[in-house]
Order: sequence, then structure tokens, then C-alpha cells
Amino acid sequence: MIEINNLTKNFDQFTAIDDLSFTVKEGEVLGFLGPNGAGKSTTMKLITGFLSATHGSVSIDGFDISKNPIEAKSLMGYLPEGAPSYGDMTTIEFLNFVAQVRGYRGEEITTRVQHVLDEVELNSVSQQTIETLSKGFKRRVGLAQAIMHDPKVLILDEPTDGLDPNQKHHVRELIKNLARDKIVIISTHILEEVTAVCSRAIIIAQGKIVADGTPADLEARSKYHQAVSVRLSESYDLAADLTDLADVQEIEKDSEDDMVFRILAKTGQPIFSQVSEIAQAKHWPVTEFHVSRGQLEDVFRTVTQQTKGAE
Amino acid sequence: MGNLPIIFKRELLSYFATPLAYIFIVIFLISNGIFTFDLGGFYARGQADLLPFFSFHPWLYLFMIPAIAMTLWADERKTGTIELLLTLPVRLVDAVLGKFLAAWALTGIALLLTFPIWLTVNYLGNPDNGVILAAYLGSWFMAGGFLSIGSCMSACTKNTVIAFILTVSICFIFVIMGSPILLNAFPEWIPQFLVDAFSAMGFLTHFDSIAKGVLDIRDFLFFSVFIAAWLFASAVVIEMKKAN
Repeated sequence: MIEINNLTKNFDQFTAIDDLSFTVKEGEVLGFLGPNGAGKSTTMKLITGFLSATHGSVSIDGFDISKNPIEAKSLMGYLPEGAPSYGDMTTIEFLNFVAQVRGYRGEEITTRVQHVLDEVELNSVSQQTIETLSKGFKRRVGLAQAIMHDPKVLILDEPTDGLDPNQKHHVRELIKNLARDKIVIISTHILEEVTAVCSRAIIIAQGKIVADGTPADLEARSKYHQAVSVRLSESYDLAADLTDLADVQEIEKDSEDDMVFRILAKTGQPIFSQVSEIAQAKHWPVTEFHVSRGQLEDVFRTVTQQTKGAE
Repeated sequence: MGNLPIIFKRELLSYFATPLAYIFIVIFLISNGIFTFDLGGFYARGQADLLPFFSFHPWLYLFMIPAIAMTLWADERKTGTIELLLTLPVRLVDAVLGKFLAAWALTGIALLLTFPIWLTVNYLGNPDNGVILAAYLGSWFMAGGFLSIGSCMSACTKNTVIAFILTVSICFIFVIMGSPILLNAFPEWIPQFLVDAFSAMGFLTHFDSIAKGVLDIRDFLFFSVFIAAWLFASAVVIEMKKAN
């Protein structure tokens, strides 16, 4: 379990992380979201012990990162932002080095390294120097070193940044497979990733938590949650038919397509069945009719911009 | 503990993975040859010792050591690998020492490869090999002193060129501190003990006596303490400047 209590980090006068507290339990995949400069990477650097906090504490399975750094670091695997690695080494030399630092000796080194090479599919480039590898391969080398010792806690700073869609999919599958009995924290600004792999999401802005919940919870906070999306084949006055429905908030026209309308519900009330009854009764000229789950992107924008407005 | 040898090995091998180590060694050997035989008047002196060889070392190190020291931490910072290294279960002490010792070992290798000069002087005459051994050791310790300054300067910046210039400048100050030219320039009214203290910090003060065969443990102690102090400073700087 990771316990983070009142974590604060000041750089000179600037407060990067402001009194952050949360806990993460085994089996959770926590997506760490936030606009650029919100403090995602700083938080990860504090958790992994690269930076030391101004106030507050981080403890990994009971080991305080500032009091027992070696024990705490042994439990964690970390992929720093940009996946740095020693460019003049070959993939296999680099992974051998990490395996040794992680305490493996003799035969174990070969087995462990081979295992991670298979896991992230790096066998084809194992003899190449890392600086000659493509971005995707470099990222996988970074992942390979992070999972070397089958860590209980895996912290990945933008693990899919710069990968092509196939590689992204592969990395996400990998994270899902790893996650079962572990704690995984990933930072990202790709929102679809959160829905794809995370069991929980925390959105931070200006160093503070502005939202915390399952991706579904967060989606429910969207104004599009439970909204009914309609595509018409000819123009029709929807509003006239819907005035009697108390749960309908408003009707919004799509900004790109004149024929697409969204019927927004009041605070997430299910309106689908009511609207569909009316649509049938009044014979709306519809070609598409579906209920929206709510958009994380919309929630993200709302909560991160609220804090900005508050200042 | 236990990670120091692993870091040492990685660092040392990485010097040889690039042309850096080879270039360093070759230039070091060629310069030594030129300084000793040409400028040092090795033959003309007609004496079976290596004084001309060793007396150029401080000046040779002044430019060559900063060149290998400059990358020690600056490159780690620039490529971000410092974040990787320091979030592995590695103590900062092991990282600082491991890197320093690897660079020091490289200068040791370069120094050992000057053995043909030692063979030459033994072929031509009967030198005091004890003195030569002591001088070799002294030279190596002095190289360590230069390196430790370089380690600290390299920790101060991401930019290797800046690290190089800073290291050369500070090393230069420590080299000339004990030189008579500088000491004679002190005004009369400055108390002698201050001048002595100043001169005692100079590399030349300690190295000259070692090179001449005056084997005083205090000279070695000076370099050891000097190295330890600068490495400690490196660790402090790394800890302070990690965030930027």
C-alpha cells in the first residue's frame, strides 16, 4: 500500500505540490491526470524518492521514502518521464546492469533479463546500443528495467508517450497483465488511456487533487452523462416536443454537424426511455439514437479550469 | 552497500564503449613522451631518474583530467539518467564514489601504460625504483585530486563545456597556490602562517616533494582528505540541484 500524507513541494516561492494526500491499495491501477505543469511528474519524483518533499510523507508498504529510501526503492519500479537510459550501452548490457543493481547475481541475472526481454518484446534489439533505437523501443527498454524485479509498485510517467497505436495497445495490455496483485500508478494526459487501463483516476491541477474516483464516476460528472445523442435526416424542432420533460436540461447542437443534437439531462437523470418514447410517438426523422456515457475530457476541462478561475 | 562495484564497473566499461578512453590514453602517452624527452631534456640531464617525466604531470592533468571529469554528472543530468540511477536502490555515496573511482581507475590505467619510460630509464641507468614507484603513486593521487574537483563541478551544471572550464580554472588555482612565483607576490605584512597555510593547499607543494622521492605520508594524506572533501561537496551539490 502507498500512503501519501500532506505531501507538499515548494521550489523557491513556487508551490508545485500542495498538501496532497491519498492512498493506493494493491490491485489498483491509478491514472494520474492533469494539465501540463500540474505537478504529475513532480508527484512521481517525490513518491520514488528522487526529490525530497518540503512537508509530508510518502510510505511504501510501511517504508518511509525519506527514512528508509533503499527498502522503499527496492519495492518500486519506475519509468521516469522520457524513459532515460544509458545510450552508449546495448539493451542487454543496460538490463544486466539494472538486474545487478536490483540485487540479482549469477544465473538469476540471465533469467530475469531474458524474462523482461520476452515480456516487452525486445529480443530483436538486445544487442543494439540504446541510442540507435527508435523511440518506441527506447520506451520499452525503460519499461523493461522498471519491471525487472517484478516490483510490488510500478510507477510509470507517461508510459505510452510517443508510441504508435499498436505499441500503445501493447503497453496497455502489459500494464493490465502486470496490475493484478500490484499497485500501478501511471501519469498521462491521454484520457482514453485512463478508461482503457485504470481502475481509478486522480485529476490534479496546480498541485491539488480536484477529482478522485473510478473512471466511470468521473464520467458521471460530465454534463454529457446520460445525454441522448440524436442524428436527424431532416431538420426538425426537437425542443418543441421535449418541453414537457422535466429532466431535460437543454438541447445542444453539435459544433461540427448541423444534424446532430445532444439532449442533456439534468444532473445525470436517465432520460433515454422517456426521450425514445417521444421520438417514436412523434416519428422523429432519426438515423442515429444513443445514450452518451459522459466524456472524461469534458470533466477534465471543467475541473482543471475551475481551479484556475478560483485564483 | 554492494552497488558500488556495479556502478564502478558500468562507468569504467562505458569509457571504453566510446572512443573517449582510447583517445585519452593515446593523447596522454604522446604528451608524456613529448614533455619528457623533448621539453624535459631527459637525455641531456644525464641522470637516471624520471623527474622530467613527473614534473610535467600537474600541467598535463590540468587539461586532461577535466576532460574526463566533465561528463561524470553533467551528462547524467542532461540525459535524465540521474533520475533513473537515484531511484534505483542505490545510495548516493555509492554512486558518487563508484563514478569517481571509475574515472580514477582510467587515469591509473593511462599512468600504468607509461611503463616504457620506466623501462627506458632502467635500461639506461640504475634509477631508484622506490622513488619512481612513490612518484607514480603521488601522481595518481594528484590526478584523484583533480578528478574530485571535476566531479563537483560536473555536478553543478548540465553543460559539459561549463563543467570543463570551471574545473580547469579551479584546478589551476590549486596548482599554482604553492608555486614560488605566487608566494613571492604576497606583501610583506601578511603573517607567515597565512602564507604557509595558503601554500600548503597547493598541489605543487605536495607533489614536488613526492616526485623528488621525499616520501611523506602527510602528502598522501593531503590528497586523500582533499579528494574526500570534494566528493562530499559533489554529493551535497547533487542532492541540492537534482530538481532543476
